[in-house]
Amino acid sequence: MADIQYLEQMARQVRRDILRMVHAVQSGHPGGSMGCAEFFTALYFQQMEHNSDFSMEGKNEDLFFLSNGHISPVWYSVLARSGYFPVEELATFRHLNCRLQGHPTTHEGLPGIRIASGSLGQGLSVALGAALAKKMDGDDKLVYALCGDGELQEGQIWEAAMFAAHNKQDNVILTVDWNGQQIDGSNDDVLSLGNLPSKWESFGWKVLIGEKGNDMAAVLDYLAQAKAASGQGQAVVLLLKTDMGHGVDFMSGTHAWHGKAPSDEQLANALAQLPETLGDY
Amino acid sequence: MLKDIKSIGKKSTRDGFGDGLQALGQTNPKVVGLCADLIGSLKMNAFIEEHPERFFQVGIAEANMMGLAAGLATAGKIPYAATFANFATGRVYDQIRQSIAYSHKNVKICASHAGLTLGEDGATHQILEDIGLMKMLPGMTVVNPCDYAQTKAATIAIAKHDGPVYLRFGRPGWPRFTEDMPFELGKALLMAEGTDLTIFATGHLVWKAVEAAKALAEEGISVELINIHTIKPLDEEAVLASAAKTKAVVTAEEHNIYGGLGESIAGLLARKLPTPIEMVGVKDSFGESGTVTELMTKYGLDAVNVIEAAKKVLARK
Repeated sequence: MADIQYLEQMARQVRRDILRMVHAVQSGHPGGSMGCAEFFTALYFQQMEHNSDFSMEGKNEDLFFLSNGHISPVWYSVLARSGYFPVEELATFRHLNCRLQGHPTTHEGLPGIRIASGSLGQGLSVALGAALAKKMDGDDKLVYALCGDGELQEGQIWEAAMFAAHNKQDNVILTVDWNGQQIDGSNDDVLSLGNLPSKWESFGWKVLIGEKGNDMAAVLDYLAQAKAASGQGQAVVLLLKTDMGHGVDFMSGTHAWHGKAPSDEQLANALAQLPETLGDY
Repeated sequence: MLKDIKSIGKKSTRDGFGDGLQALGQTNPKVVGLCADLIGSLKMNAFIEEHPERFFQVGIAEANMMGLAAGLATAGKIPYAATFANFATGRVYDQIRQSIAYSHKNVKICASHAGLTLGEDGATHQILEDIGLMKMLPGMTVVNPCDYAQTKAATIAIAKHDGPVYLRFGRPGWPRFTEDMPFELGKALLMAEGTDLTIFATGHLVWKAVEAAKALAEEGISVELINIHTIKPLDEEAVLASAAKTKAVVTAEEHNIYGGLGESIAGLLARKLPTPIEMVGVKDSFGESGTVTELMTKYGLDAVNVIEAAKKVLARK
């Protein structure tokens, strides 16, 4: 069991990485990335059984698929700090000829990535396919996926939701980053998601709600509960309430930083709120 | 020899797919099947009966099917994801583009009822743009076999190719004539040697090209007949060699002339060996309801149209 203080330090360092990566190229998606720092840190440093000596097939290890690929900065940071590739490579984010493309891809061979994502709504289906293969092979490890809440507006998500329930895919844990925001405003302003827990329940999923998605101890607990709920004939969804832009006062709780980079001054202000813990890249 | 090419009766190319998949299921345990509520139409029953644990019914949800296939391929399986050509391409283009082609997944997209020959269902189902859609994707292999035996052989052969493949076939009973011919993915099949012009044909139109070539032979015109079953990657060497020899080219396909085989060959010849070319195909139009025979006639996909194109190109030599 990783020390919670260490995990919190890691999440803070990940936030620094996100801000510095996005600032350096003046493009990218810091808001959702910052909001998911605890989730990714808990997933890779505590929850999943995974091997940073990467293999595409990932036999006998837990797998993770990111469906909302625009929050690539948080994933790249956590992958690098988990040993999948050198932390220094974070400095190449969105540069020409780099492996850290704007949205994640297998195309450049970056270890840790198993599918391209960016065009929304596709990752859950891919995760379900990998989960089918694990069952066929008698591999009892789990398949995790993350999608955004706005992403649930894509129809393919609900095709996948029906399939998972019909096939009792109980080796799948989907987390929804439930920050209530999307590019053009709040979910409620753009296209209301309605009663999200009821929707997933009525689609036949085991629903867990995580109210404190930016509290490391709570996130660890939610993920442990999700794992405990697996293997019981139902796919599991964790609706994780997060705060977009969490950790920096002027970025927090607004869709304004969905896809906007901080200026030099804003970066300095933000980093001052998140003192270095484990060393910048 | 042209005169030796004979039909031994009719069987559909989709039967070739079903029988190929069954044969493959018995020899390759990595092969899995997926279908979007069209098992009977795709002739997948035999595979499913023999390997129920390796088949996934996904319902009327093609986008999810393509994603599932990408996930299965990620974990080492060889998925054959099957539905009608219209729903296997246009409906799910972005899923194929991102989750399969760009992600370089070993998924076989198996598309039946392509083109006009699905008949009475009409234009909503008669996709004539699918070859173009698929060949535009980097890394996608596009295969359009011409009869039962070739479809069966192609279904089996693509399992050995590591990468995404679009396999296109059709609904109607169709003459069987390639039983004794070899099939090699990516290699043009020389069916008859000739000197006056070359006909490059794909899919159902290969038989029409055989009929046309025989009629032309009776008029003393020597046709080189080449079957291009693998439209991408195109066997450029074979195309260029034959065009250099006959100096006149006709292409024939059950597809829009935009985006199809003709366009691929015209592009190649324009770049490397400018040669007069005429194209038999649907002239930038949707289809409509009708019998196969009526549709082939109305949309200019008969032997007579191939003959007409041949004479036209000979006049331009």
